[in-house]
Amino acid sequence: MPENCIYIARSSAIAARALAGEMMVMNSADSTFFTLNEVATAIFQAADGHTPLRDIVRDRVCGQFEVDLEQAQADAEQFVTELSSHGILIMSNEPMASETP
Amino acid sequence: MMDGPRKVACVEIGGIPIALTTSDDDFLNLLRQRYDGFLVSSRSEFELEFDLVPVGSTSDEDVRVRREGDGWLIERGDFRARWDPRTGRGRVRQNANPYSLDSVLRILHTLILAERGGFLLHAASAICHGRAYLFAGVSGAGKTTITRLAPADVTLLSDEISYLRPQAGGYSAFGTPFAGELARSGENCCAAVSALFFLEQGPSNRVDELSSAEAVRRLLRNTLFFAEDHDLVDRLFATACDFVDTVPVRRLTFYPDARVWDEIRNWQGVPQHA
Repeated sequence: MPENCIYIARSSAIAARALAGEMMVMNSADSTFFTLNEVATAIFQAADGHTPLRDIVRDRVCGQFEVDLEQAQADAEQFVTELSSHGILIMSNEPMASETP
Repeated sequence: MMDGPRKVACVEIGGIPIALTTSDDDFLNLLRQRYDGFLVSSRSEFELEFDLVPVGSTSDEDVRVRREGDGWLIERGDFRARWDPRTGRGRVRQNANPYSLDSVLRILHTLILAERGGFLLHAASAICHGRAYLFAGVSGAGKTTITRLAPADVTLLSDEISYLRPQAGGYSAFGTPFAGELARSGENCCAAVSALFFLEQGPSNRVDELSSAEAVRRLLRNTLFFAEDHDLVDRLFATACDFVDTVPVRRLTFYPDARVWDEIRNWQGVPQHA
Protein backbone atom coordinates (compact mmCIF):
# COMPACT_ATOMS: atom_id res chain seq x y z
CA MET A 1 0.00 0.00 0.00
CA PRO A 2 1.67 3.31 -1.07
CA GLU A 3 2.44 5.54 1.88
CA ASN A 4 0.84 8.64 0.37
CA CYS A 5 -2.70 7.25 0.32
CA ILE A 6 -3.10 5.43 3.60
CA TYR A 7 -6.23 6.20 5.56
CA ILE A 8 -6.84 4.66 8.96
CA ALA A 9 -9.96 4.21 11.07
CA ARG A 10 -10.57 2.65 14.45
CA SER A 11 -12.40 -0.66 14.32
CA SER A 12 -15.85 -0.94 15.89
CA ALA A 13 -14.73 -4.18 17.56
CA ILE A 14 -12.49 -2.41 20.04
CA ALA A 15 -12.80 -0.71 23.39
CA ALA A 16 -10.26 1.92 24.37
CA ARG A 17 -9.60 3.96 27.46
CA ALA A 18 -6.87 6.26 28.70
CA LEU A 19 -5.77 5.60 32.25
CA ALA A 20 -2.92 7.29 34.12
CA GLY A 21 -1.52 8.62 30.85
CA GLU A 22 -1.63 5.27 29.05
CA MET A 23 -4.04 4.34 26.27
CA MET A 24 -5.32 0.81 26.66
CA VAL A 25 -7.08 -0.87 23.77
CA MET A 26 -8.88 -4.18 23.80
CA ASN A 27 -10.20 -6.09 20.84
CA SER A 28 -13.49 -7.39 22.15
CA ALA A 29 -13.67 -10.05 19.45
CA ASP A 30 -10.75 -12.00 20.88
CA SER A 31 -10.01 -10.07 24.12
CA THR A 32 -6.46 -9.20 23.01
CA PHE A 33 -5.13 -6.23 24.92
CA PHE A 34 -2.66 -3.53 23.91
CA THR A 35 -1.06 -0.55 25.58
CA LEU A 36 -0.10 2.36 23.34
CA ASN A 37 2.75 4.78 23.92
CA GLU A 38 2.28 8.54 23.48
CA VAL A 39 3.06 8.63 19.77
CA ALA A 40 0.90 5.60 19.04
CA THR A 41 -1.91 7.15 21.09
CA ALA A 42 -1.73 10.35 19.04
CA ILE A 43 -2.05 8.37 15.81
CA PHE A 44 -4.78 6.14 17.22
CA GLN A 45 -6.85 9.11 18.39
CA ALA A 46 -6.51 10.81 15.00
CA ALA A 47 -7.61 7.72 13.07
CA ASP A 48 -10.86 9.20 11.76
CA GLY A 49 -10.90 7.40 8.41
CA HIS A 50 -10.55 10.52 6.27
CA THR A 51 -7.32 12.18 7.37
CA PRO A 52 -4.36 10.72 5.42
CA LEU A 53 -1.78 9.03 7.62
CA ARG A 54 0.94 11.36 6.33
CA ASP A 55 -1.08 14.36 7.58
CA ILE A 56 -1.59 12.71 10.95
CA VAL A 57 2.13 12.04 11.23
CA ARG A 58 3.00 15.60 10.18
CA ASP A 59 0.46 17.35 12.44
CA ARG A 60 0.05 15.03 15.41
CA VAL A 61 3.45 13.36 15.62
CA CYS A 62 6.07 15.71 14.19
CA GLY A 63 4.07 18.68 15.48
CA GLN A 64 4.11 17.40 19.06
CA PHE A 65 7.14 15.16 19.31
CA GLU A 66 10.56 16.14 18.04
CA VAL A 67 10.99 13.45 15.42
CA ASP A 68 12.13 13.37 11.80
CA LEU A 69 9.18 13.25 9.36
CA GLU A 70 10.58 10.46 7.20
CA GLN A 71 11.43 8.25 10.16
CA ALA A 72 8.11 9.05 11.86
CA GLN A 73 6.21 8.12 8.69
CA ALA A 74 8.04 4.79 8.42
CA ASP A 75 7.42 4.01 12.10
CA ALA A 76 3.76 5.01 11.76
CA GLU A 77 3.22 2.73 8.78
CA GLN A 78 4.76 -0.16 10.68
CA PHE A 79 2.60 0.61 13.72
CA VAL A 80 -0.69 0.90 11.83
CA THR A 81 0.06 -2.26 9.88
CA GLU A 82 0.59 -4.15 13.11
CA LEU A 83 -2.56 -2.79 14.75
CA SER A 84 -4.46 -3.55 11.57
CA SER A 85 -3.30 -7.16 11.73
CA HIS A 86 -4.82 -7.35 15.22
CA GLY A 87 -8.15 -5.83 14.13
CA ILE A 88 -7.61 -2.58 16.05
CA LEU A 89 -7.26 -0.28 13.05
CA ILE A 90 -8.61 -0.53 9.53
CA MET A 91 -6.37 0.59 6.66
CA SER A 92 -7.54 1.74 3.25
CA ASN A 93 -6.36 3.56 0.13
CA GLU A 94 -9.61 5.51 0.15
CA PRO A 95 -11.18 7.76 2.79
CA MET A 96 -13.70 5.86 4.89
CA ALA A 97 -16.09 6.44 7.75
CA SER A 98 -14.60 5.65 11.15
CA GLU A 99 -16.42 2.68 12.68
CA THR A 100 -16.38 4.26 16.12
CA PRO A 101 -18.35 7.35 17.11
CA MET B 1 -45.33 -38.18 33.62
CA MET B 2 -46.22 -34.91 35.31
CA ASP B 3 -43.74 -33.11 37.51
CA GLY B 4 -44.69 -32.53 41.13
CA PRO B 5 -45.15 -29.02 42.48
CA ARG B 6 -42.09 -26.83 42.27
CA LYS B 7 -40.29 -25.94 45.47
CA VAL B 8 -38.03 -22.98 45.95
CA ALA B 9 -34.69 -22.21 47.53
CA CYS B 10 -33.91 -18.51 47.28
CA VAL B 11 -30.15 -17.97 47.20
CA GLU B 12 -28.77 -14.47 47.68
CA ILE B 13 -25.16 -13.91 46.64
CA GLY B 14 -23.76 -10.42 46.33
CA GLY B 15 -27.09 -8.92 47.37
CA ILE B 16 -28.82 -10.49 44.36
CA PRO B 17 -31.54 -12.98 45.37
CA ILE B 18 -32.23 -15.72 42.82
CA ALA B 19 -35.05 -18.22 43.34
CA LEU B 20 -33.93 -21.73 42.36
CA THR B 21 -36.94 -23.95 41.74
CA THR B 22 -37.19 -27.70 41.32
CA SER B 23 -39.78 -30.41 41.67
CA ASP B 24 -37.16 -32.87 42.95
CA ASP B 25 -36.98 -33.06 46.77
CA ASP B 26 -33.48 -34.52 46.82
CA PHE B 27 -32.17 -31.75 44.56
CA LEU B 28 -33.90 -29.16 46.73
CA ASN B 29 -32.10 -30.58 49.76
CA LEU B 30 -28.83 -30.43 47.85
CA LEU B 31 -29.48 -26.76 47.02
CA ARG B 32 -30.27 -25.96 50.64
CA GLN B 33 -27.18 -27.72 51.96
CA ARG B 34 -24.83 -26.31 49.36
CA TYR B 35 -25.95 -22.72 49.78
CA ASP B 36 -26.60 -22.83 53.49
CA GLY B 37 -25.74 -19.39 54.83
CA PHE B 38 -26.86 -17.74 51.57
CA LEU B 39 -30.53 -18.76 51.73
CA VAL B 40 -33.03 -15.97 52.21
CA SER B 41 -36.78 -15.78 52.56
CA SER B 42 -37.05 -12.38 50.86
CA ARG B 43 -38.64 -11.86 47.48
CA SER B 44 -36.34 -12.97 44.67
CA GLU B 45 -35.15 -10.67 41.91
CA PHE B 46 -34.64 -13.52 39.43
CA GLU B 47 -35.81 -17.09 38.98
CA LEU B 48 -34.08 -20.17 37.66
CA GLU B 49 -36.04 -23.38 37.09
CA PHE B 50 -34.12 -26.66 37.16
CA ASP B 51 -35.22 -29.65 35.09
CA LEU B 52 -33.16 -32.66 36.03
CA VAL B 53 -31.94 -35.16 33.47
CA PRO B 54 -30.49 -38.60 34.18
CA VAL B 55 -26.85 -38.92 35.20
CA GLY B 56 -24.72 -39.95 32.23
CA SER B 57 -26.35 -37.65 29.69
CA THR B 58 -23.29 -35.37 29.59
CA SER B 59 -20.35 -34.65 27.29
CA ASP B 60 -16.97 -32.89 27.57
CA GLU B 61 -18.04 -29.79 25.63
CA ASP B 62 -16.56 -26.51 26.86
CA VAL B 63 -18.80 -23.77 28.12
CA ARG B 64 -20.37 -21.38 25.58
CA VAL B 65 -22.45 -18.35 26.47
CA ARG B 66 -24.08 -16.58 23.56
CA ARG B 67 -27.07 -14.48 22.73
CA GLU B 68 -30.11 -16.24 21.31
CA GLY B 69 -32.84 -13.79 20.38
CA ASP B 70 -33.40 -11.50 23.36
CA GLY B 71 -31.93 -14.00 25.77
CA TRP B 72 -28.83 -16.01 26.49
CA LEU B 73 -28.02 -19.62 25.74
CA ILE B 74 -25.57 -21.09 28.24
CA GLU B 75 -24.22 -24.49 27.33
CA ARG B 76 -21.63 -26.91 28.56
CA GLY B 77 -21.37 -30.66 28.24
CA ASP B 78 -23.15 -31.15 31.55
CA PHE B 79 -25.87 -28.48 31.33
CA ARG B 80 -27.91 -26.32 29.01
CA ALA B 81 -29.63 -23.16 30.19
CA ARG B 82 -31.66 -20.36 28.69
CA TRP B 83 -31.82 -17.01 30.39
CA ASP B 84 -34.05 -14.08 29.54
CA PRO B 85 -32.69 -10.90 31.14
CA ARG B 86 -35.89 -8.99 30.33
CA THR B 87 -38.10 -11.23 32.45
CA GLY B 88 -35.34 -12.26 34.86
CA ARG B 89 -36.26 -15.90 34.36
CA GLY B 90 -34.34 -18.87 33.10
CA ARG B 91 -34.50 -22.62 32.74
CA VAL B 92 -31.69 -25.14 33.26
CA ARG B 93 -31.42 -28.76 32.15
CA GLN B 94 -28.75 -30.65 34.05
CA ASN B 95 -28.32 -33.70 36.21
CA ALA B 96 -28.12 -33.36 39.99
CA ASN B 97 -24.37 -32.67 39.92
CA PRO B 98 -23.60 -29.82 42.37
CA TYR B 99 -20.62 -28.65 40.28
CA SER B 100 -22.91 -28.06 37.31
CA LEU B 101 -25.19 -26.13 39.61
CA ASP B 102 -22.32 -23.94 40.84
CA SER B 103 -21.19 -23.29 37.27
CA VAL B 104 -24.64 -22.23 36.09
CA LEU B 105 -25.00 -19.87 39.04
CA ARG B 106 -21.56 -18.35 38.51
CA ILE B 107 -22.19 -17.74 34.83
CA LEU B 108 -25.58 -16.24 35.53
CA HIS B 109 -24.04 -13.89 38.08
CA THR B 110 -21.35 -12.83 35.57
CA LEU B 111 -24.12 -11.83 33.15
CA ILE B 112 -26.13 -9.97 35.77
CA LEU B 113 -23.05 -8.27 37.22
CA ALA B 114 -21.68 -7.19 33.84
CA GLU B 115 -24.79 -5.08 33.32
CA ARG B 116 -24.30 -3.50 36.76
CA GLY B 117 -20.59 -2.75 36.58
CA GLY B 118 -19.56 -5.68 38.75
CA PHE B 119 -17.66 -8.89 38.09
CA LEU B 120 -16.45 -12.19 39.50
CA LEU B 121 -12.73 -12.45 40.04
CA HIS B 122 -10.66 -15.60 40.31
CA ALA B 123 -9.29 -14.50 43.67
CA ALA B 124 -9.49 -15.17 47.38
CA SER B 125 -10.97 -12.40 49.48
CA ALA B 126 -11.21 -11.62 53.16
CA ILE B 127 -12.23 -8.84 55.53
CA CYS B 128 -9.62 -7.50 57.93
CA HIS B 129 -10.43 -4.59 60.27
CA GLY B 130 -13.60 -3.85 58.32
CA ARG B 131 -11.89 -3.61 54.92
CA ALA B 132 -11.87 -6.24 52.18
CA TYR B 133 -8.66 -7.45 50.54
CA LEU B 134 -8.49 -9.48 47.35
CA PHE B 135 -5.74 -11.98 46.53
CA ALA B 136 -5.47 -13.08 42.91
CA GLY B 137 -2.90 -15.06 41.05
CA VAL B 138 -2.27 -18.01 38.83
CA SER B 139 -3.00 -21.45 40.18
CA GLY B 140 -0.41 -22.20 42.87
CA ALA B 141 0.41 -18.53 43.54
CA GLY B 142 -0.94 -18.83 47.07
CA LYS B 143 -4.64 -17.92 47.20
CA THR B 144 -5.52 -20.84 49.42
CA THR B 145 -2.26 -20.51 51.38
CA ILE B 146 -2.91 -16.90 52.29
CA THR B 147 -6.43 -17.66 53.46
CA ARG B 148 -5.12 -20.56 55.55
CA LEU B 149 -2.60 -18.21 57.17
CA ALA B 150 -5.25 -15.62 58.07
CA PRO B 151 -5.57 -14.80 61.79
CA ALA B 152 -8.78 -15.65 63.61
CA ASP B 153 -10.17 -12.12 63.38
CA VAL B 154 -10.09 -12.18 59.58
CA THR B 155 -13.38 -13.07 57.87
CA LEU B 156 -13.10 -15.27 54.78
CA LEU B 157 -15.27 -14.17 51.86
CA SER B 158 -13.96 -16.78 49.42
CA ASP B 159 -10.79 -18.76 48.79
CA GLU B 160 -11.60 -19.05 45.08
CA ILE B 161 -14.15 -16.67 43.52
CA SER B 162 -14.52 -13.09 44.70
CA TYR B 163 -17.71 -11.17 44.07
CA LEU B 164 -17.32 -7.47 43.31
CA ARG B 165 -19.86 -4.69 42.84
CA PRO B 166 -19.45 -0.93 42.56
CA GLN B 167 -20.74 0.82 45.65
CA ALA B 168 -20.32 4.28 47.18
CA GLY B 169 -17.53 5.52 44.95
CA GLY B 170 -15.54 2.30 45.22
CA TYR B 171 -16.11 -1.43 45.09
CA SER B 172 -17.45 -3.87 47.65
CA ALA B 173 -16.51 -7.51 47.98
CA PHE B 174 -19.19 -10.01 48.96
CA GLY B 175 -18.84 -13.49 50.38
CA THR B 176 -19.65 -16.40 48.08
CA PRO B 177 -20.46 -20.06 48.61
CA PHE B 178 -18.10 -20.96 45.75
CA ALA B 179 -15.26 -22.77 47.50
CA GLY B 180 -11.84 -23.75 46.23
CA GLU B 181 -9.28 -26.03 47.84
CA LEU B 182 -10.40 -25.05 51.34
CA ALA B 183 -13.77 -26.63 50.53
CA ARG B 184 -15.27 -24.04 52.83
CA SER B 185 -17.98 -21.56 51.95
CA GLY B 186 -17.23 -17.87 52.50
CA GLU B 187 -19.11 -15.79 55.04
CA ASN B 188 -22.22 -14.06 53.77
CA CYS B 189 -21.14 -10.48 54.39
CA CYS B 190 -19.45 -7.64 52.53
CA ALA B 191 -17.01 -4.76 52.92
CA ALA B 192 -15.46 -2.00 50.86
CA VAL B 193 -12.39 -3.19 48.95
CA SER B 194 -9.14 -1.74 50.24
CA ALA B 195 -6.77 -3.38 47.74
CA LEU B 196 -6.30 -6.10 45.18
CA PHE B 197 -3.02 -7.98 45.52
CA PHE B 198 -1.60 -10.20 42.80
CA LEU B 199 0.26 -12.91 44.66
CA GLU B 200 3.72 -14.31 44.17
CA GLN B 201 5.63 -16.37 46.68
CA GLY B 202 9.17 -15.30 47.57
CA PRO B 203 11.79 -15.21 50.34
CA SER B 204 10.26 -12.21 52.14
CA ASN B 205 7.15 -10.03 52.22
CA ARG B 206 6.93 -6.92 50.07
CA VAL B 207 4.36 -4.87 48.17
CA ASP B 208 5.20 -3.39 44.75
CA GLU B 209 3.46 -0.99 42.43
CA LEU B 210 1.95 -2.16 39.14
CA SER B 211 1.38 0.14 36.18
CA SER B 212 -2.26 0.81 35.34
CA ALA B 213 -1.95 -1.14 32.11
CA GLU B 214 -0.41 -4.12 33.86
CA ALA B 215 -3.10 -3.94 36.56
CA VAL B 216 -5.89 -3.92 33.94
CA ARG B 217 -4.21 -6.72 32.00
CA ARG B 218 -3.91 -8.92 35.09
CA LEU B 219 -7.41 -8.07 36.25
CA LEU B 220 -8.95 -9.05 32.92
CA ARG B 221 -6.92 -12.25 32.84
CA ASN B 222 -8.43 -13.28 36.19
CA THR B 223 -11.99 -12.14 35.57
CA LEU B 224 -14.61 -14.82 35.06
CA PHE B 225 -16.41 -14.01 31.88
CA PHE B 226 -17.80 -16.33 29.25
CA ALA B 227 -20.22 -14.38 27.07
CA GLU B 228 -19.46 -14.06 23.36
CA ASP B 229 -20.84 -10.56 23.16
CA HIS B 230 -19.16 -7.37 22.00
CA ASP B 231 -21.22 -4.97 24.13
CA LEU B 232 -20.70 -6.93 27.32
CA VAL B 233 -16.96 -7.28 26.67
CA ASP B 234 -16.84 -3.50 26.20
CA ARG B 235 -18.56 -3.02 29.52
CA LEU B 236 -16.23 -5.43 31.24
CA PHE B 237 -13.22 -3.56 29.89
CA ALA B 238 -14.66 -0.26 31.13
CA THR B 239 -15.35 -1.86 34.51
CA ALA B 240 -11.78 -3.19 34.74
CA CYS B 241 -10.39 0.28 33.95
CA ASP B 242 -12.72 1.87 36.50
CA PHE B 243 -11.73 -0.65 39.14
CA VAL B 244 -8.02 0.00 38.57
CA ASP B 245 -8.68 3.73 38.69
CA THR B 246 -10.50 3.37 42.00
CA VAL B 247 -8.88 0.53 43.93
CA PRO B 248 -5.14 0.13 44.62
CA VAL B 249 -3.81 -2.88 42.71
CA ARG B 250 -0.41 -4.16 43.79
CA ARG B 251 1.90 -7.15 43.58
CA LEU B 252 2.29 -8.88 46.94
CA THR B 253 5.33 -11.10 47.18
CA PHE B 254 5.04 -13.17 50.32
CA TYR B 255 6.82 -15.80 52.33
CA PRO B 256 4.18 -18.33 53.38
CA ASP B 257 3.94 -17.78 57.09
CA ALA B 258 1.56 -15.78 59.28
CA ARG B 259 3.69 -12.58 59.11
CA VAL B 260 2.27 -11.80 55.67
CA TRP B 261 -0.89 -10.67 57.42
CA ASP B 262 1.13 -8.07 59.36
CA GLU B 263 2.22 -6.73 55.99
CA ILE B 264 -1.40 -6.62 54.82
CA ARG B 265 -2.68 -4.99 58.03
CA ASN B 266 0.05 -2.36 57.96
CA TRP B 267 -0.18 -1.60 54.29
CA GLN B 268 -1.73 1.76 53.51
CA GLY B 269 -2.71 2.07 49.91
CA VAL B 270 -3.47 5.08 47.80
CA PRO B 271 -5.47 4.65 44.61
CA GLN B 272 -2.80 5.92 42.24
CA HIS B 273 -0.68 3.70 40.08
CA ALA B 274 2.83 3.93 38.82
